[in-house]
Amino acid sequence: MRVPFKTTYDQDLGLFQDPVQRRWYAALLAAVILLPLAVPDFLVDISMVLIYGICGVSLMVLAGYTGLVSLGHAAFLGIGAYAHVYFLQDLHLPWIVAMALAAALSAAAGVLVGLPALRMTGVYLTIATLAFALIIQEVFTRWEHVTHGLKGRPVDKPVIFGVSFTSDLAFYYLCLAVLIGALWLTANVLRAPTGRAWVAIRDSEIAAQSMGVHLARYKTMAFAYSAGLMGAAGALFAHKIGFLAPDIFSVLLSIQFLLMVVVGGLGSLHGALYGAVFVAMLPVLISEARDNVPQWAGHAAGALGHDAGNAVYLALDRFVKQPGLEPGIFGLILVLFILFEPLGIYGRWRKLQVFFSTFPLYKRATFRRQKTYMRSERLR
Amino acid sequence: MSFFAADNLGMNFGGIRAVDGVSFAVERGQVFTIIGPNGAGKTTIFNLVSRIYDASGGRLLFRDEDITRVPPHEIARRGIARTFQNIELFEHASVLQNLLLGRHAHARPHLVQELLFLPGVRARERAHREAAEKVIDFLDLQPYRDSLVVNLPYGVRKVVEMGRALCTEPTLLLLDEPSSGLSVEETADMAFWIEDIRTLLGITVLMVEHDMSLVSAVSDRVLALNYGRAIACGSSREVQEHPDVIKAYLGG
Repeated sequence: MRVPFKTTYDQDLGLFQDPVQRRWYAALLAAVILLPLAVPDFLVDISMVLIYGICGVSLMVLAGYTGLVSLGHAAFLGIGAYAHVYFLQDLHLPWIVAMALAAALSAAAGVLVGLPALRMTGVYLTIATLAFALIIQEVFTRWEHVTHGLKGRPVDKPVIFGVSFTSDLAFYYLCLAVLIGALWLTANVLRAPTGRAWVAIRDSEIAAQSMGVHLARYKTMAFAYSAGLMGAAGALFAHKIGFLAPDIFSVLLSIQFLLMVVVGGLGSLHGALYGAVFVAMLPVLISEARDNVPQWAGHAAGALGHDAGNAVYLALDRFVKQPGLEPGIFGLILVLFILFEPLGIYGRWRKLQVFFSTFPLYKRATFRRQKTYMRSERLR
Repeated sequence: MSFFAADNLGMNFGGIRAVDGVSFAVERGQVFTIIGPNGAGKTTIFNLVSRIYDASGGRLLFRDEDITRVPPHEIARRGIARTFQNIELFEHASVLQNLLLGRHAHARPHLVQELLFLPGVRARERAHREAAEKVIDFLDLQPYRDSLVVNLPYGVRKVVEMGRALCTEPTLLLLDEPSSGLSVEETADMAFWIEDIRTLLGITVLMVEHDMSLVSAVSDRVLALNYGRAIACGSSREVQEHPDVIKAYLGG
């Protein structure tokens, strides 16, 4: 068992707990840099994981840390994506400038939503953000001068400082760099007074106020920061999908983002990333399974006889070809998580860690009392 | 002028007069206790002072300034901190983070500096940590520094909440039923701490309390309320022997 031995206050201020943890994260960094060598075929999907990771961090700040649940984050993603493409392809601004402006514009939209939303809490706020997302989607459809409406808008491959990021490999590294940047900035805010104020608002608004936290200012800041990150993710998202159309930024996408932070584990940046892996990779896994599982099962059942094998193959094949299988599985997993692991994948991971670090002495009851829901989930 | 004063303070909820023309004055360095049966308006007065409610009438004066219309987040900056009857800690944060949030009134957050975690931010964080550690030493909270509040027993949470209030470096501390839910020993500890807060830290204490042994042990002056009206004010013994107070508690 490892006990952290603290000798200076700076140890609690650092991004990493101790040198051991720092080495683990260095190893992780090396692994993700070398990852393309191991799975070149899945590079496109993994880039999507990274972009979803930025989206997850963005929503985690708002829902997981400030306790303001939003169902309208796809709108911010869309604002970022359209703004980026407009600045880049219509105004011919440099890539970095276009992305920064897109993020700033999205943050401004966040302030606009945040201001009236300050008077609402819980489920009412969620409804308000949902309404905002629906309005924005309508704007995307109608404002044809910028968005090209329902015809859609093709997006070029990114070229930054004359360097083309056309290949999947280069784009993967671009997404990775932006994700690491977003994580670094967010982790910095979270260990500073602003991040603490956000957590305070999440856990008890009344006490936060009595300690001198200006509720309106910090909620607006959380909205703006979250929307800004989402806008930056939108710029990458636009290049990733290569073609923008209003129906991409639907409520379903917002729900996926929310699913991401809940399944990953509310209240931790790790959770945002676990959730991103889960949400972005599950469709890939399902489609792989769709192609292969009936055959495997058919072969396995074939050992009992030719007819049995055929029957199992046909039954499974018909089942996996059903439309709506994917949302069904998504929903099932969400329900199971909320029932059995409110702290999400990250909570499960923490339990594993404690199990191994206290190995022979682990008590099952250690986490018994911790099946508590955070206030952002309880919807005051 | 007195250190803190309520002048003809009133609060109406619809037709109910929760606080009805209450006046009292607290001198610097005193422990001033408000007692009264349930629903007498004690916590309402606290919520008026910390500006969660807008007073329907009257004035609140703190160090010769009118604070009746000050925005709620300004109250801590002016030197008034409070605890809550049912504990309003940040449950999914560690004790240390709770105490550091108590330093918020002294923080000058700047988002861009914090995003980059510039050296100035680090230096200020260290200073806040030192201040929080002083409170940890004062209240013997060392064993709980890194545990989440949600995992702590009730008695410790009560102390942590007092610590968080002390971290704001208040000149006036409002304690809403500091002994509720505590064991006899913990209540005795609480009495010593309130004494220490007054004598060692020089903080004026305004308290709502039901436990009369604690009230008698620490209070300099006691105010008794009933149905939003002040019925008696004086030393602990005077108030307890006052016929109106006995009538309010026992009926008749």
